[in-house]
Amino acid sequence: MKYEPVIGLEIHVQLGTRTKMFCGCELTFGEPPNTRTCPVCLGLPGALPVVNARAIHFGLMTGMAMGSELAPRSVFHRKNYFYPDLPKGYQISQYDEPLCLGGRLGDVRIHRVHLEEDAAKLVHVGASGRIHSSSSSVVDFNRGGTPLAEIVTEPDLRSGEQAREWLTLLRTTLRQLGVSDVNMEEGSLRCDANISVRPEGTTELGTKTELKNMNSFRFLERGIRAEVARQIELLESGGEVVQETLHYDPRSERITSMRSKEEAHDYRYFPEPDLVPVRIEQAMLDEARGAMPELPADRAARLEREHGLSEASAKQLAFRAELGDFFEAALGSDGDVPAQPLAHWVTGELVARIGDSDPGDSRVEPVALAALVGMVERKEVNQGGARQALDCLVADGGEPRAIVEAQGLGAIGGEDELSGVIDAALAANADAAAKIQGGNEKPMGAILGYVMRETKGRADGGEVTRLVREKLGV
Amino acid sequence: MIDREQVLHVARLARLELTDEEVARMAGELSDVLGHIERIDQLDLEGVAPTTHVVDVPNALRADEPAPSLPREVVLERAPAVEADGFSVPSPQA
Repeated sequence: MKYEPVIGLEIHVQLGTRTKMFCGCELTFGEPPNTRTCPVCLGLPGALPVVNARAIHFGLMTGMAMGSELAPRSVFHRKNYFYPDLPKGYQISQYDEPLCLGGRLGDVRIHRVHLEEDAAKLVHVGASGRIHSSSSSVVDFNRGGTPLAEIVTEPDLRSGEQAREWLTLLRTTLRQLGVSDVNMEEGSLRCDANISVRPEGTTELGTKTELKNMNSFRFLERGIRAEVARQIELLESGGEVVQETLHYDPRSERITSMRSKEEAHDYRYFPEPDLVPVRIEQAMLDEARGAMPELPADRAARLEREHGLSEASAKQLAFRAELGDFFEAALGSDGDVPAQPLAHWVTGELVARIGDSDPGDSRVEPVALAALVGMVERKEVNQGGARQALDCLVADGGEPRAIVEAQGLGAIGGEDELSGVIDAALAANADAAAKIQGGNEKPMGAILGYVMRETKGRADGGEVTRLVREKLGV
Repeated sequence: MIDREQVLHVARLARLELTDEEVARMAGELSDVLGHIERIDQLDLEGVAPTTHVVDVPNALRADEPAPSLPREVVLERAPAVEADGFSVPSPQA
């Protein structure tokens, strides 16, 4: 039987406010432990929380970016449970009246977005430093009370790869909004996945598991893939998936159950009596709307419209904003460079060389790439030569024309230059020449190969083919 | 009616240790509370929003301006145990 994975994500994003969600303690990264605390975020008796207006503002912007319904009235609840990183014995969160309901980002529907406070940081000390073997833990309350937006998707994802791509879009969107620095490694973007599988063609959802601890985009993809494989294997061997919380260890790629005895979640939510409901007033909506930047989906549409890019290229550039910025800088620096080939060079050749890093931090100037693509278009250098020139640009920077000239990478395109070497190629491959003359173009590769060898790859392939046909009279 | 098992469940969630006598008393008191709620439930409350707060205060929001935090030595003064400049606690997973 073929199985279809069904995946939904729960994302926690630390909002980039200056202060905590319910108190004025400053949020700065890397301060010494327990130096950013006060009676409110330590949960001392009698302390009263007050909602940070900017966290609401960021929450509204996030909802607007996803086309959510923004609740006119929003209530905070207490979510009760005991854990050492939670000094009050409850987390202030939202329950049945979240800030934003519904919406969509890319291909994925959004279930809801709500605001809550982050827990403190637990540092486990023990022989191996791992959770399961440590005997005592140290609590650092600096992080406790950091504003979080929890974004919950509908189960619309079908693979780990798709989840990774979508999370990249979410990260770009949130970064563009300026509501968070969305850094997975530093924990300002955290992602859990709800995963189930079902026989292909059916619509009923299977039993789901919750996979935690995927702290990079790569691990998210791998973790989901591993859990989907585990569930399918279990079902095929006659077993059953048990609803539980799982931990993915990226080093061993193993999935383990986080609690041997899964306690039914019984959080006894009730309205937080210390906070009055938040009423979303027109002024707050206007302020949020006024702060909205161009979002990736809008940018993709604009790139398609203004520059005639293909949908795929436009998305690749817009969903990684730094690529879009580089592309637009290059395009603006050179009025003659054609947009689509330039887009291909940015998303293809350049990304192949610099990977996930920001091209703006590389040695390649946007104007240099534009110039190189222009030379390719004018057939002053062929693809192979241009790739070599780009290698040099990535390594040392510089100006492409100078590199092409210094290294002799320029294209040999004129009939005068190519005629002799083509004659030699035809003479050396008489069989091939005869076949081409007889209407079989397959051996053209042999002729082309000869010419490329002789010209050290600098010949213009299209021009060579044309001249061969001309000389053979076909 | 709240039975003994329900009292023990709630007590465990709240990390409370109750004697048998207390369990019995709590079962009675909690049943009385629920009984009262059930009486309210019999009223016609169509169109009445749940009262989450008795005072109708407009938005009580705070500007995103830093306020001073407490000095760490004051914060840790009352910690039962201190380790590595933090509150030392038994490992929750041990």
